[in-house]
Amino acid sequence: MDLSAINPVLLIASLMVAATPLLLAGIGELVVEKSGVLNLGVEGMMITGAISGFAIAVETGSPWLGFLAAAAGGALLSLLFVLLTQVALANQVASGLALTLFGLGLSALMGQGYVGIKPPQIGRLDIPVLSDMPVIGPILFGHDPILYLGIAIVAGVWALLKYTRAGLILRAVGESHDAAHALGYKVVRIRTLSILFGGACAGLGGAYISLVRVPQWTEGMTAGVGWIALALVVFASWKPWRVMLGAYLFGGITVLQLNLQAAGVAIPVEYLAMSPYLITILVLVILSKDKSSAPASLGRIFHASR
Amino acid sequence: MKLTTLLTSAAMVLGLASGAMAQDKTKVGFIYVGPIGDGGYTYQHDQGRLAVEKHFGDKVETVYQESVPEGADAERAITQMALNGADLIFTTSFGFMDPTVAVAKKFPNVKFEHATGFKRADNLATYSARFYEGRTVMGTIAGRMTKTNKIGYIGAYPIPEVIRGINATYLAAKKVNPDVEFNIIWAYTWFDPAKEADAAKALLEQGADVILQHTDSTAPSAAAEKAGNVITFGQASDMAEYKPRPRVSSIIDNWAPYYIERVQKVMDGTWESGDYWGGIGSGMVEIGEITGLPEDVTKEAEAIRDQIASGALHPFAGPINKQDGTPWLAEGETASDADLLSMNFYVEGIKGEVPQ
Repeated sequence: MDLSAINPVLLIASLMVAATPLLLAGIGELVVEKSGVLNLGVEGMMITGAISGFAIAVETGSPWLGFLAAAAGGALLSLLFVLLTQVALANQVASGLALTLFGLGLSALMGQGYVGIKPPQIGRLDIPVLSDMPVIGPILFGHDPILYLGIAIVAGVWALLKYTRAGLILRAVGESHDAAHALGYKVVRIRTLSILFGGACAGLGGAYISLVRVPQWTEGMTAGVGWIALALVVFASWKPWRVMLGAYLFGGITVLQLNLQAAGVAIPVEYLAMSPYLITILVLVILSKDKSSAPASLGRIFHASR
Repeated sequence: MKLTTLLTSAAMVLGLASGAMAQDKTKVGFIYVGPIGDGGYTYQHDQGRLAVEKHFGDKVETVYQESVPEGADAERAITQMALNGADLIFTTSFGFMDPTVAVAKKFPNVKFEHATGFKRADNLATYSARFYEGRTVMGTIAGRMTKTNKIGYIGAYPIPEVIRGINATYLAAKKVNPDVEFNIIWAYTWFDPAKEADAAKALLEQGADVILQHTDSTAPSAAAEKAGNVITFGQASDMAEYKPRPRVSSIIDNWAPYYIERVQKVMDGTWESGDYWGGIGSGMVEIGEITGLPEDVTKEAEAIRDQIASGALHPFAGPINKQDGTPWLAEGETASDADLLSMNFYVEGIKGEVPQ
């Protein structure tokens, strides 16, 4: 075993990249669930975002337009979920699962002509002096802008939920849609916007995999990240910074265990392979000992007449 | 994830059930472990399926189910296919072995073929390709090309098929470059592009400048290309889109001739259970075009490929010791197929342990 082969600076830099898709999808789903809607279609929206972003980035040569298209693609697919659950009042669990299946199929269809193509590269942040600093440079100032966008979204969501009137209304809708409705808030409209936001975030997360982390298009390439994001929101007790902590823990331990394996550490590989799941859940469960519980109206269907 | 795959399968089975059931056609089913668009292993099997369709035209009907998880759900997927009137079913991943055995027992009139396994029955044959022969060619190139003397290897699961590949690569690399070291990562998945890319990155960050993979997607090549100045090899499929660098050559699984032959036998009523293991010589394993390498390395690799094809060179020729130093093959001995099929140890010189 040769631990010196692991470069901690590069390790931290790559764990941030590995965590970002999860972070983006998780924070989007957090807003959706805060508004009282359970959307199990994260995986489907992610993979749709991954191919939308990839296709547009390849066609236009601009990764920026790609990410924009990914957000639009994810949001568009979530519109289907809006139609099913907010207009037709269908069961949210079933609709979410259907959305994932549909997204996986749709993305495979859309991606037919894009297998084996290389996307345009997105530039890294390059601030003179700061980016060249040892240790801090590659960790804090050497990433692509989307990674920072992810962190900014987390901060934004946190501030919105905690300090603004809009956040209060969103939470009210999620806690008791009947009370919010009685007060005159447009429950369906607020939920629709939340779902669209969640879709856009999931789309961005998917495109981050296909445009930055891998970068290529392969069918089914999100390989379950959406489901992990869903679990993460629950274990993070619907708190934005905990979603980020969980995403970084999960991404970090995933990257760390691969590095430990490569360095030949004498821990059985099976334990290393399951460690990201175990440790993330363990830490978040311990953190959530305070009495933060799910939004009270989570998953319940709202109809104004009832 | 389990639930969705389950539902996907259910949805697909419904689709299959509603399909027309023509009696005079031979119906051939394929169970895939990944999506047919993976650009690697499953893609190559599906090319075999398409070749069967093209060869037999109207006389054959093929059905397939992709992304079937290894484990209990596979049994249900195979059963469904048999219930829907398939005459011959190919199950194309190691983890489908026990499910295939179980279903074969229930449907004595349906023929089954399981890839890369070792359990057989009267109506269950096995077939595989000697990927390790290709690994010897890759290992030679890897040993010649590495400057850091660190070679990264991404394995899927610690099963004989993968371990054999690692050993064959190591022996060949060691032969031309005694200083090589192998860093091995087990991904515990056949197909997860993000994880495969992360694994490649971890290896690169630790100084490897050659990456070999025994997983199914092209993600490691994509990661290597991003890092620059690293070489990789196509796995299962040519992965030609990464030519000439980072992908410098590839091991291509050519299943088409075997599939056509076996379907023909079912049509003629001459199908028999057995075990087929094809290598470079029989064309089941092909070495993809060698690109972006110096002339002498290309020549050397091609020479080794031809020697293996003609039988002059065996990838596992003694003297070889096991990792712990105990002798395995003596001078002049070559490994038997039984030894190869059950290989669960590293050869001497590889660091780390095989996960048990």
